[in-house]
Amino acid sequence: MAEESTLQGIRERFPSAEISEFRGQHRIRIEPAAVHDLLEFLKEELGLGLLVDITCVDYLYYPNAKDRFGLVYLLANPETNERITVRTFLNEPEPAVPTATDLWEGANWLEREVWDMFGIRFAGHPDLRRILLPEAFEAHPLRKDYPLQGLGERHNQPIVTRDMG
Amino acid sequence: MAQVDLPDNVVITKLDELVSWCRKYSLWPMPFATACCGIELMATGASRHDLARFGAEVFRFSPRQCDLMIVAGRVVMKMMPVLQRIWLQMHEPKWCISMGACASTGGVFDTYAVVQGIDRFIPVDMYVPGCPPRPEQLIQAIIDLQEKIQRTGTAWGKELHDPRRSRPPRLLLSDPNHPELPVSAGRFPMERQPEASWPMLSPPPPEEPRRLNSEPKII
Repeated sequence: MAEESTLQGIRERFPSAEISEFRGQHRIRIEPAAVHDLLEFLKEELGLGLLVDITCVDYLYYPNAKDRFGLVYLLANPETNERITVRTFLNEPEPAVPTATDLWEGANWLEREVWDMFGIRFAGHPDLRRILLPEAFEAHPLRKDYPLQGLGERHNQPIVTRDMG
Repeated sequence: MAQVDLPDNVVITKLDELVSWCRKYSLWPMPFATACCGIELMATGASRHDLARFGAEVFRFSPRQCDLMIVAGRVVMKMMPVLQRIWLQMHEPKWCISMGACASTGGVFDTYAVVQGIDRFIPVDMYVPGCPPRPEQLIQAIIDLQEKIQRTGTAWGKELHDPRRSRPPRLLLSDPNHPELPVSAGRFPMERQPEASWPMLSPPPPEEPRRLNSEPKII
């Protein structure tokens, strides 16, 4: 739940942002090019200084979806208990947004996880490597077009026989 | 020919059987516990089930000190090189128990990251069904393994020169549940950067057959 003064500040500074409400939760939809400016504004001027999470949704096969990926930032203000969701929508072939690591150090691993699972690049990230899967893995398994059983990666490992070692 | 009477406290046996008898009652398990089977493994070693009754209670967390690896729980792709390295660090003679449905077959975790049975990639001597198995089942597996040790072990390690030991544990031709998926079509290319990502598993160079320092002398 965000206060009206916060929402008014966002409307004045970012006229292109769409603010909507669902069950008392406010969501801001913004184009990818402006997402970093919006996050900086929320953090520095509106006091939403706590980055709770960065995550992503793949809307492939989703009814009436216009865009492929929905990138989600969850912010909170620890003093007023305000919470705000910032969403931006990305499309193939090269989904990318500017990194938020210059605003929050904690965004580093969150963005690595989104890169690992969804293949979204964060421009300017200091160390954009996979965080969970092995480095040699090539796919991004939380994409909806990746099969649950994988593409044979789990069967393709070196074999140790009894006479080794 | 004079018959020698032995006193009652003397037993005659073969050296191989004596050595195997010692080995089977001094198993030191290496607990590779990654999931809920590990809890049952701990219960097996604890006082109620008391694995010490069967001579296998000395759990050690260093592979150098162990000769029985108990893989308890699911193993993911990224954990497999760790499991293989620990197995290679254990000294011969060594054995492996695959405990539970996940370690043996992948269990319900039929997903992209979970290895569908560790026996595809490391040797396994004994499988324990169950999800998770009761401690009694694990104890039965250890008793069965002791029987196998008694049957196959030799004092001078003749069984270590068996040519069948160079065979892959279970050669996987296709995934029975998903025949459409490629098994080794190079989707996950180890050859591309073996040193960087998978540092340890190049096959060892051919070497002389192993010999013990003191071969038995026949007089």
